[in-house]
Amino acid sequence: MSKKLLLKDAHIEGIRFFETYRKHGGYEAAEKAFKMTPEEITEEVKTSGLRGRGGAGFPTGLKWSFLAKPEGVPRYLVVNADESEPGTFKDRYLMEFLPHLLIEGMIISSFALGANTAYIYIRGEYAWIVDILEKAIDEAKAAGFLGKNILGTGYDLEIYMQRGAGAYICGEETALLESLEGKRGNPRLKPPFPAVKGLWECPTVVNNVETIAAVVPIINITGAEYAKIGVGRSTGTKLISACGNINKPGVYEIDMTITVEEFIYSDEYCGGIPNGKRLKACIPGGSSVPIVPANLLLRTINGEPRYMNYESLADGGFATGTMMGSGGFIVLDEDQSVVKHTLTLSHFYMHESCGQCTPCREGTGWMWRILKNINAGKGKMEDIDLLWDVQRKIEGNTICPLGDAAAWPVAAAIRHFRDEFEWYIDNPEALTRNYGLANYADPIPAVAQ
Amino acid sequence: MSENIAFTPETMTQVHKIIARYPEGKQKSALIPLLHVAQKEFGGWLAVPIMDYVAEILSIQPIEVYEVATFYTMFNMKPVGKYVLEVCQTGPCMLNGSDGIIKHIRETLNIEVGQTSADGLFTLKTVECLGACGYAPMMQVGDFYHEHLTNEKVTEIIALCREGQLALD
Repeated sequence: MSKKLLLKDAHIEGIRFFETYRKHGGYEAAEKAFKMTPEEITEEVKTSGLRGRGGAGFPTGLKWSFLAKPEGVPRYLVVNADESEPGTFKDRYLMEFLPHLLIEGMIISSFALGANTAYIYIRGEYAWIVDILEKAIDEAKAAGFLGKNILGTGYDLEIYMQRGAGAYICGEETALLESLEGKRGNPRLKPPFPAVKGLWECPTVVNNVETIAAVVPIINITGAEYAKIGVGRSTGTKLISACGNINKPGVYEIDMTITVEEFIYSDEYCGGIPNGKRLKACIPGGSSVPIVPANLLLRTINGEPRYMNYESLADGGFATGTMMGSGGFIVLDEDQSVVKHTLTLSHFYMHESCGQCTPCREGTGWMWRILKNINAGKGKMEDIDLLWDVQRKIEGNTICPLGDAAAWPVAAAIRHFRDEFEWYIDNPEALTRNYGLANYADPIPAVAQ
Repeated sequence: MSENIAFTPETMTQVHKIIARYPEGKQKSALIPLLHVAQKEFGGWLAVPIMDYVAEILSIQPIEVYEVATFYTMFNMKPVGKYVLEVCQTGPCMLNGSDGIIKHIRETLNIEVGQTSADGLFTLKTVECLGACGYAPMMQVGDFYHEHLTNEKVTEIIALCREGQLALD
């Protein structure tokens, strides 16, 4: 069943502008929030069970409650709009079509956190979205929802845009803060966490765009009502950006009770695989999460249907499961080469490693070179074990999670598709052909089209 | 520093507005936004004297600018063509045929990835995921994305560039 909280008004013409947004109930949550205490707002967010939508899934209310509040020291809210995880384009959609939803969420969140200045750190390539958001900020300010003494409450808030300049690593919250301070995006050692020492060494909360936007419906319908949507610890709705070999790529808002099968094959969502092809594999949560073959994607190892939520996607651990991640849902059909796809991802991580930690800086290059050899028909059988060994030595040995993010896709590709690697090495002349589905077949029969 | 490097008065107003976003003494935070402004104003790339000029405006050491400028891929450290075609080659775009798009551009412009055409009009770059995976394959030219690319569409875009009709910002 589809339930829309964030995108319910996305189809309305002109919703990008203040007047239309306001006419459809916009900024009512902000008005409601200003009648509550900051503690009450934080309590609502805790009750809602909202989990960080950037990828890690950490409970938002809990993150907020860690914010240090020393006297006389400013606190900051920083929105992470650096969206750079391959397969992920949901925040872009939210900001492009519903900029006021983000601004309203930031007003409520900043008030709850006691921040008088908030920044939106947006990836540099989203240049046109900067203009959209700056216009939204100006409109909100003209209407009295930003600036000095908002709605006569005595509360002041300014929101500023900050453009990055092309660095995936700046999506990691401490690298983002370094970049916002005008430095290279090298992640910091934690602790101290940003909640204690963040931007300019002041207490800072860094939250993803979708997370902050979700605060609006939480205040509107209450945290308790929000928590009733979804299942277990996967409360509320989640934006999924679907891409790859599907009929209807795009951004979908789901409540987390639907099955993966429904998400891929129903016309309400991805609409199945084009050209009557069959499903080979999927990376359901952005390129960093493990790739799984069709059979393990649609059903868990126990034969239960797999659902589109945090717990079900992770069922079976890395041996047979994967992760919800950022919701970047990448589908590969039977014609795709997992080896080649993994090669592009390894190039991505090599390019994006900040170079600070040796295992990641050197390891990502090693992995790419080995994969490149295999893809060029020059692979040796022992390369597969070498690749496995290199990824093992990166995982867990770096300051930030980019190392893990680089290791996991390679590990999962070998874990589930080792036969395909071996086939390419044994048959270099076959590189232009397709290895096909082999023994991890899609349990759903092909649909004639 | 070369004397003829200076922002126009209009740009300088914009620069001061950017610096005002940060608390006093934290003006270094304006570095990346200012490098964007400088790259746009001074011909699409950041020569050393330009970086020195930005350092002077922000009262920081030139090395602090160099280390940042070389870290971020959007800053060009050498001259580029008027139109930089930045084609995404990461997983989701690859699944939807980015290899073919890159090949088509190479053949049409007779340049390799990383090169600039002899007339100085085009530079071809491959880039990592730009967050347009659902609208793949794609490329960025200037401030804008061109999505759902086909060879025909790329040919049209290149023609628009040659006529000086493609919007960059």
